[in-house]
Amino acid sequence: MRTSTRAVRYKRAVNIGESLGQLALFADMTPAQIEAMVHEHDEDVFAEGQRVLRRGLSGGSFYLILEGDAAVVVDGEERRRLGRGEFFGEISALTGDAPTADVVALTMLRCFVIPASQLERFLLDRPPVMLRLLRAEARRLQTAGEWQT
Amino acid sequence: MADVERPFPPGDYDVVVVGSGPGGLQTSYWLRRFGVRHAVLSSDDAPAGMFRRFPVFQRLITWTKPDAPVDRTTREYEWFDHNSLLADEKELKALVPTFMDRAFDLPSRAEMEAGIAAFAERAQLEVRYRCTWESTRHDGEGVVLVTSDGEYSCRAAVFAIGVTEPWRPEVPGIEAASHYVDTNAPERYAGRSVFIVGKRNSGFEVAQGLLPWARSMVLGSPRSVQTDALALSALRVRYLHPYDEYARGGPGTYVLDVTIERIERRGDGFHVVTRGMTWDGTLEFDVDEVIAATGFQTPLRDLPSLGLATVNDGRIPALTPFWESVSLPRVYFAGNTSAGARGLGKRGAGASSTSVNGFRYNARVLAQHIAETLFGREREQPALADPVGFLLHELSAAPELLVQKGYLCRVVVASGGAVADGGIVPLAHFLDAGGEDAIAATVEVDERGGIQPTVYVRRGGDVTEHVLPPHPLHRYEGEPYRRELAAVLSPVL
Repeated sequence: MRTSTRAVRYKRAVNIGESLGQLALFADMTPAQIEAMVHEHDEDVFAEGQRVLRRGLSGGSFYLILEGDAAVVVDGEERRRLGRGEFFGEISALTGDAPTADVVALTMLRCFVIPASQLERFLLDRPPVMLRLLRAEARRLQTAGEWQT
Repeated sequence: MADVERPFPPGDYDVVVVGSGPGGLQTSYWLRRFGVRHAVLSSDDAPAGMFRRFPVFQRLITWTKPDAPVDRTTREYEWFDHNSLLADEKELKALVPTFMDRAFDLPSRAEMEAGIAAFAERAQLEVRYRCTWESTRHDGEGVVLVTSDGEYSCRAAVFAIGVTEPWRPEVPGIEAASHYVDTNAPERYAGRSVFIVGKRNSGFEVAQGLLPWARSMVLGSPRSVQTDALALSALRVRYLHPYDEYARGGPGTYVLDVTIERIERRGDGFHVVTRGMTWDGTLEFDVDEVIAATGFQTPLRDLPSLGLATVNDGRIPALTPFWESVSLPRVYFAGNTSAGARGLGKRGAGASSTSVNGFRYNARVLAQHIAETLFGREREQPALADPVGFLLHELSAAPELLVQKGYLCRVVVASGGAVADGGIVPLAHFLDAGGEDAIAATVEVDERGGIQPTVYVRRGGDVTEHVLPPHPLHRYEGEPYRRELAAVLSPVL
C-alpha cells in the first residue's frame, strides 16, 4: 500500500494508560508511572469464547481485564466470573506451575498482559501494587473458605 | 485505459484480497492452490511496492543464504531463506537468492523487490493494480468493499495492507519532526546533530544509517533497550552500532530511557525536553533535526468505525489464531498485519509474523482455513507409516515450526486405528478446538532462549504437554528421542 505522511493520526484509538489509571490495582500511581507501565507491557484482545488461560498447560501470563468479562472454568463448570479491573493468571505466573483452571472470554475481552517471567520484577518495583494484589488474594481465600464451611 | 484488459472487474467474488505485497501475493497463491475463486486488488501499480520504499536504509534484517546444507528446491531450505515466497512448484521456490549478489547474507531492498516481482510474474498471479479500497460494509453474511473502480462483494475479505502508515505518539510538537519515512537522503544529515524519538527497529535502523553522516546523535524513548531481548531479535544482525557506541561510555551518541515531554521549534533547529524513566529529572537537548522513528500503523481506513478491535494504540487489528478480526467476522488479515494474533504468549521468543519468513506460512494456513470453513474443501490427510519418525523430523527441520515458534504446529491425527498427517495449524486452535485423539508438535523457547521441542497429546478431549530434552545440534531424530516420543505417544497410537 502507498503510505502518506498526511494520513498520520495523532489520536489513540484506545488510551490504555487512561484505562489502567482508573483501576483499583493501580490507584495512587502517577500518570508518569502508569505511562512507564504501558511502555513496558502490551495489551491483548480475545474474541468471545476464546480461551485465555489453559488448565494444565505451562506458560501463561498475568492478565488484568481492561474491558469485557471472563469466566474461570474447571471441568466445564463456571466457578467465578471476572470483569473490568479484575485479574487472573497471577498464581501460575508466580509459582511457575500450570494453571489449575481455564479462563475463557465471555465477551470480547481486552487485557493488559505481563509475561510470567516479568511479573516478579514488576511487583518488586511497585510495592503498593503488590500489597493490593495480596489483599485481593486474601479476599479470594476468605471467600473460598466460606464456601467450604 | 483499456479496462477490459484489467483482471477482476467489480462484482461478486468468493474472496477479495487487498494488497500486492508479499502477504497479498502469498495469500493469492495459496487460495488458488486450494481452489478458492478470488480477486486481488492493489492501489499500487506493480507488486512488492513496500520494497520500493522500505527499509529506507536499503537492506533487510532477515537472512537468505544462497548456499545451504540442503538443496534450494527442498522444503527444508526455507529455513535458510527467510525472504522468498512459498510455492509447491520447484521453479517458483527460492527466488530471492537467485537475485542476490552475495555482498551480504541479507538481501538488499532491490534484490528483495526483484524476488517478489519475479514470483508474481512466474506464478502468473493476477492483480488489479491502481484499484484503491476506499470503504467497507458488512452485507448479511458477507463483506462489500467499495473501491475506486466500483464495488466488490465477497464472503470473506483478506487485508494484506502492511503496517506502513507512519504513526506518531501524542507528544506535543512531534508533528514538526520528520518521520522515519522521510529520512531517505542521509547526506542531508551531514554534520547535523540529530535527536531520534524511538529505540525499536526503525529507530536503530535510521541511527545506524546516519552514523556515517550525523555529528551527534541521541536516541530517546521510554521503553528501555533490553539487551537480552535484543540478543535474540533480528535487529542484532545490523543496527546496533549506535548502542555499542553509547554502551562504551564515551560522548556523542546516547541511547536514553526517557519520555519526550515536548518538542519545540527553536531558530533553525529544535529544543527537546525529556524526562528520565529510571532516574529523576529532565534532560534538554538543542539539536538541528528531530526524527520520529515511532513506528507504523495499519491503514485500516473505515474498519475501526465498523467495530474492528485493535491493539497497540489502534495500530494493529486484534486477531483470532486464524487471523480473523476478533470483532468483525469474515474480515481476515495477512502479511505483516497477521502479527495482530499474539499466540499463546508462553515464555521466550515466539512467531515471526511481522516478516515474510513467518507470514508466508500464516498465509498458507489461512488460505486452507478459508477453503475448508467457508467453501467446504476437505483437507487431505495422508496416512503415516512412522508417525514418531515423522514428528521428530518435523521438530528438527520443518521450517513452519522453526520460524513460527509456539504459534504453528504439525498435527498427527489418530482415530480408529488410522494415523494420518493432519497438516499445519495454529497451536492455539489445536489446544482449544477439542476433537479426535491427536498429537501436535511445535518448537518453543524457554526463558533463557533454549530451544524446546514440545509435543501436545490430545486424548479423550484432554491435552497434556511433553517437552523433549534439548539437543546441542537441534536434531531430535536419534534413537533416544524415538524411544521417548514413542512412550509419550503410546496412549494414542
